[in-house]
Amino acid sequence: MLQEVLKLKKHRVAAVAFIAVYGWLFLSIAVPSASALPIPKGNVHAIPAFARKYGMPCSSCHEAWPKLSPFGQQFKDSGYQMGNEKDAPIYQNPSYWPVSFRITPHWHREGVDHADITNAVTGDTAEGQLTTHGFDLSGLDILTAGTLAKNISFLLVPSADNAGAFHFESANVRFSNLLGSSWLNIKAGKFELDNIISEKRILGLSNNGGLYQMYHFQPVGENTNLFTFGLGDNQLGAELSGHSKNDHTRFSAALLSSNDGNVSLSNGRGYDTFLTFSQAFEAGSLGLQRVGAFAYIGRAPTFDTAGGSTVANGLGQKSFYRVGFNGLWYIKKFDVMTQYLHGLDNAFLGTATPSYNPLPAGAHSPTWNAGLIEPHYNLNPQFILIGRYELIRMSRQALDANPGNLGDIDAGTVGFRYYPFISSRAGFAFHNEFSVVRQQGVSTSGRDLTSSSVFLGLDFIF
Amino acid sequence: MHTRKSILWMFLASALLALPSSAMAQKVEGHVGKLSGQADAGKQLYFRYCWGCHGFRGDGNGENAPYLNILPRNFVSATFKCRSTPTGTLPTDEDVFNAITRGFYTTYMPSWTALTHQQRADLVVFIKTLSPRWAKEKAGEPVKVPAEPALTTDGIKRGKELFAKLECWKCHGQEGRGDGPSAATLTDSNDQPIRPYNFAAGTRFKCGETNQDLYKIFMTGLDGTPMPSYGEQIKPEEAWDLVHYLRTLQVTHNSAELALWQGTKEGAEIVKAAKITGTPTGSGIKQ
Repeated sequence: MLQEVLKLKKHRVAAVAFIAVYGWLFLSIAVPSASALPIPKGNVHAIPAFARKYGMPCSSCHEAWPKLSPFGQQFKDSGYQMGNEKDAPIYQNPSYWPVSFRITPHWHREGVDHADITNAVTGDTAEGQLTTHGFDLSGLDILTAGTLAKNISFLLVPSADNAGAFHFESANVRFSNLLGSSWLNIKAGKFELDNIISEKRILGLSNNGGLYQMYHFQPVGENTNLFTFGLGDNQLGAELSGHSKNDHTRFSAALLSSNDGNVSLSNGRGYDTFLTFSQAFEAGSLGLQRVGAFAYIGRAPTFDTAGGSTVANGLGQKSFYRVGFNGLWYIKKFDVMTQYLHGLDNAFLGTATPSYNPLPAGAHSPTWNAGLIEPHYNLNPQFILIGRYELIRMSRQALDANPGNLGDIDAGTVGFRYYPFISSRAGFAFHNEFSVVRQQGVSTSGRDLTSSSVFLGLDFIF
Repeated sequence: MHTRKSILWMFLASALLALPSSAMAQKVEGHVGKLSGQADAGKQLYFRYCWGCHGFRGDGNGENAPYLNILPRNFVSATFKCRSTPTGTLPTDEDVFNAITRGFYTTYMPSWTALTHQQRADLVVFIKTLSPRWAKEKAGEPVKVPAEPALTTDGIKRGKELFAKLECWKCHGQEGRGDGPSAATLTDSNDQPIRPYNFAAGTRFKCGETNQDLYKIFMTGLDGTPMPSYGEQIKPEEAWDLVHYLRTLQVTHNSAELALWQGTKEGAEIVKAAKITGTPTGSGIKQ
């Protein structure tokens, strides 16, 4: 019966809603007063407070916000400083308030085939297509950032999910240009990992396209209640970083608590390390090209004693790592981000086995390889076309019994963002995106699971 | 109302971006070293990075200009402060390129080293399309900067005498703090109040940070400001003496000039008196 409710005829309603919403957005784009319409979203960083402070359009620091331009990257690497006399807050009008808000009202459609639609009452087991759609809200980011004094900067981002539950997405203080050198900067708190392809700068917003699959991938069979890790997540720790004056050469080394950015030492007392290096070079009229490498080496728990009289979290820690290299390639208005990642989780993590137990027969440390290619066409500061293809391929399963391709992922995203105006005060974008993810062998019956997202959003920040 | 005006301007800017600027580019070209700038490419960059302050027409009247205490450069009038060329003349392409590269420490204009050399050369050419002056006039002949003579205490003392004789103190103050008797009355070519350079607080000058840059500043003047050119009034060796003396006014900036000057009884007393210690303000400026 439940299957019937979810049958394909529902798609007719979805199609009507889809056309209606697109029509509304098209009209909105066509009418100059669109900026007065309600709209937006995001857990990413684009901070009009900086634009207001320095009087520069958002297109200076962002090729298309929140994606940084080389100039924006240099500004961030310099501790949110231009290097001129206007950096210290003492030079700002006392009424200046370095706070920005970002949220994205949107319409979206989510579809999953082979979803588990077991009837909880009757116990009838089944798989079927599950589709939902409607108007919705993103989470809210309150972005507060700036300088406390010359060479001392801060970033504080209280964020709420779309139901209003708050957490701290970022909270850090950075000491820049220590000993007068751009090679010596220290940051501590919760912060965005210093990877040149950062999920916090992603141009996708949908449930499927709003993250990099490779950053969150964990092999099938792991205990994600104990071990959840995302290379795209902000982390708690301290970071040493440095860069050349023109920002062409960059490095960072971070010591992080093994808590995936969660507070209260929820994963115990382990520490992770994240290392990055990148080098940019000029290629004539093509633009600035950049290549980089990264390595995340961490530890994660295999059991805890939750439920007992004394709760001890994060016990039996075992290692994992993610390493890779990436590139930002520019051909004038066209650019491509590429990335390769290799991952390994310890066999205890891969098989969800507490470390005090022996490993099951045929257990291995699972390994996998992942690739990303994300082209953009930046027609002008107001319009950007977005594409992305990711694939993840298991190279060794945690258990011999697993099919060789179990958990493999293919993901694709296409979309565009249109910014009807560019200013140094606020930002607004029509965001339109379609994204699809297919993961092999992970449905209840062992079939491939494909999910898709359509996202039409009004992304604003002020 | 303001929003509608902004949107209108954006449409106009988009239209401008869509138009080929080859007509302008035919009249103006620019070369920086081996690089040849392209006006079309420069226009794309200008409308990404520069228009907010310098305006769509390059007249220095961008939407942010009303909020700046030092107005952005007006590229239409093509009066440039930092030049290697005599006062009143157009700067060389390298001068404009260097200004973009270096930025202006005392203003909101940042350094644009994040742009590639080619991109900065492209911007130079596009900027030159914004004023008819570039089509009619050639850049001035760069002022020659002779080799810097050896640093001596006598040279610093001669520079000190010149500082008094040329009445630099009237604007810059006796200690070079930018607080001379005329300082409060100064205005620039936009009739905006302008502050003389405070040597005691700064390590960088408006047009660079080397001794050669400082030499050029007072031998070419800063067009559009009250800072005149002394190219006709003092000899090159005197200019170098003045450079060496001015460096001693930067009392918190370690330099060979300051070290030598502090080694003399007279210099040590002056520097000691000029240094002020107190609670850090967070401005980053040492006194």
